[in-house]
Amino acid sequence: MFDVEAVRKDFPILQRQVHGKPLVYLDNAATTQKPSQVIDALVHYYEYYNANIHRGIHTLAEEATTAYEAVRDKVVRFINSPYGPQSIVFTRNTTEAINLVANAWGRKFLNPGDEIVLTISEHHSNIIPWQLIAKEKGATLRYIDIDDEGRLRREQFAELIGPKTKMVAVAHASNVLGINPVRELAALAHEHGALILLDGAQSVPHMPVDVSDLDCDFMAFSGHKMLGPTGAGVLYARPELLDAMPPFLGGGSMISRVQLEESTWADVPQKFEAGTPDIADVITLGAAIDYLEALGMDNVRAHEQMITGYALQRLSALPEVTIYGPMNVEQRIGVVSFNYGDIHPHDVSQVLDTYGVAVRASHHCAQPLMRRLDTAATARASFYIYNTKAEVDALVSALQEAGRYFAVQQAPIAR
Amino acid sequence: MNYPEPALDDLYRELILDHYRHPRNRGELEHPSAKVDGYNPLCGDEIEVELLFDDDTIKDVAFKGRGCSISQASCSMMTDVVKGHTKAEARDLLTAFKRMMTDPEEEPATELGDLEAFQGVAKFPVRVKCATLAWNVLEQGLQKSGESHIEEA
Repeated sequence: MFDVEAVRKDFPILQRQVHGKPLVYLDNAATTQKPSQVIDALVHYYEYYNANIHRGIHTLAEEATTAYEAVRDKVVRFINSPYGPQSIVFTRNTTEAINLVANAWGRKFLNPGDEIVLTISEHHSNIIPWQLIAKEKGATLRYIDIDDEGRLRREQFAELIGPKTKMVAVAHASNVLGINPVRELAALAHEHGALILLDGAQSVPHMPVDVSDLDCDFMAFSGHKMLGPTGAGVLYARPELLDAMPPFLGGGSMISRVQLEESTWADVPQKFEAGTPDIADVITLGAAIDYLEALGMDNVRAHEQMITGYALQRLSALPEVTIYGPMNVEQRIGVVSFNYGDIHPHDVSQVLDTYGVAVRASHHCAQPLMRRLDTAATARASFYIYNTKAEVDALVSALQEAGRYFAVQQAPIAR
Repeated sequence: MNYPEPALDDLYRELILDHYRHPRNRGELEHPSAKVDGYNPLCGDEIEVELLFDDDTIKDVAFKGRGCSISQASCSMMTDVVKGHTKAEARDLLTAFKRMMTDPEEEPATELGDLEAFQGVAKFPVRVKCATLAWNVLEQGLQKSGESHIEEA
């Protein structure tokens, strides 16, 4: 069964002290820490079989190629792709995966007057690529709004998704609020002949995700938010869509036959992996998936829900705290965005840091959402497999210190 | 009251928190000569400064904005110290202030007075932009009349 203390022992960084206090790392929606198993896999690759892939006829190149392609199979299993390795493209991160689709698919299939449906709560990485291609192709962006609890307004789905819709691009789970009803959106998109892309950056690391069950056409996610290294992300896509799309980046590895004036492309997924990929980090992502699978994604989800529920309970008991997003843990991942009185989140975060508590304080790359919530920024605590109730307690007492700190200093100053 | 790190008090000096809680020159001018708004996309700090010139003198100045204590206190104090001074004097202050952020050990060329409260911010590199935003906005306002806009990179 899930033993958080055993999990913690696998993460060397959790031994660290910050300002003389044990590190309480609650910024997992930004990036997660790495267990020894993952760090060792990276070192082992560089120390033992570092080579370029898909070209050399020597032992190291074969080993590296085998290890790299084995991760494609792991990803297939991890997200339950019904289409095998042809459906998995390695990218740098979620952002690059979405840019790939917006550019390659958008350039060929978008026409003036077409509509792309997004939500007001999207991360900039699922807004900007669409803005860029929409401008180029004369397409229009439409945004689904949220209600007062930060849930998508379902009554708008049928209003906004219609015959002009070509793409629905939404976060599976928001990096600020909660989980979106993406099956419903997928059904509606498909009913109108549109495609659906899910930004899985905040869902794939935290819960069992089954692309076949979600019925999405594209899914993007990042390895570094799921114990893996930075530099390796994934685009899942139905292979027939990848086949129909022109290349995104051109160069080595993505070609079949190169002539002086024009060329033919390698089969998918290689068609979308131009140049030497981030071999070491993709291979290491495989170790991260192994680690998560050994824990079991159901256990990961259950642990996070337990911690998140406890955090919601403790934070909502503080009268100064405003919590954003649904109060039902079922509708949340391990993310709790909040503000503390009228203290700016940067100031809150600065005080928390002196207690070793790391949270994010910003607009969370979601400026349209911040405007919708009528706040410049929020603080955000985000949890993962190694977080404990005691760490939530540490967050709460550090927050109370922040409140005291600013109140104490508020007293008039004799000058 | 015991705080774990003296460093926190280096950043949040009492004078800074006083300006944050009780901002000076907050509001708008009736007929500003220059109006500049500034935005720090990293933090989401926003300020808007209005300046009234009488020849080379900054006759009046007002600001609005929202953001962290450092950004708002810095703007409040900036308006306080430049009001009534010439543009050249204001430029000297802004040069000295920015210098203090990059080289806090160096002796300032211009007497900074209360502005020295921000010296500790230099130890928190992420917050330096919060402190300098007001001064960058002022710089723009001194350069041109009318409305303009700056965005911190």
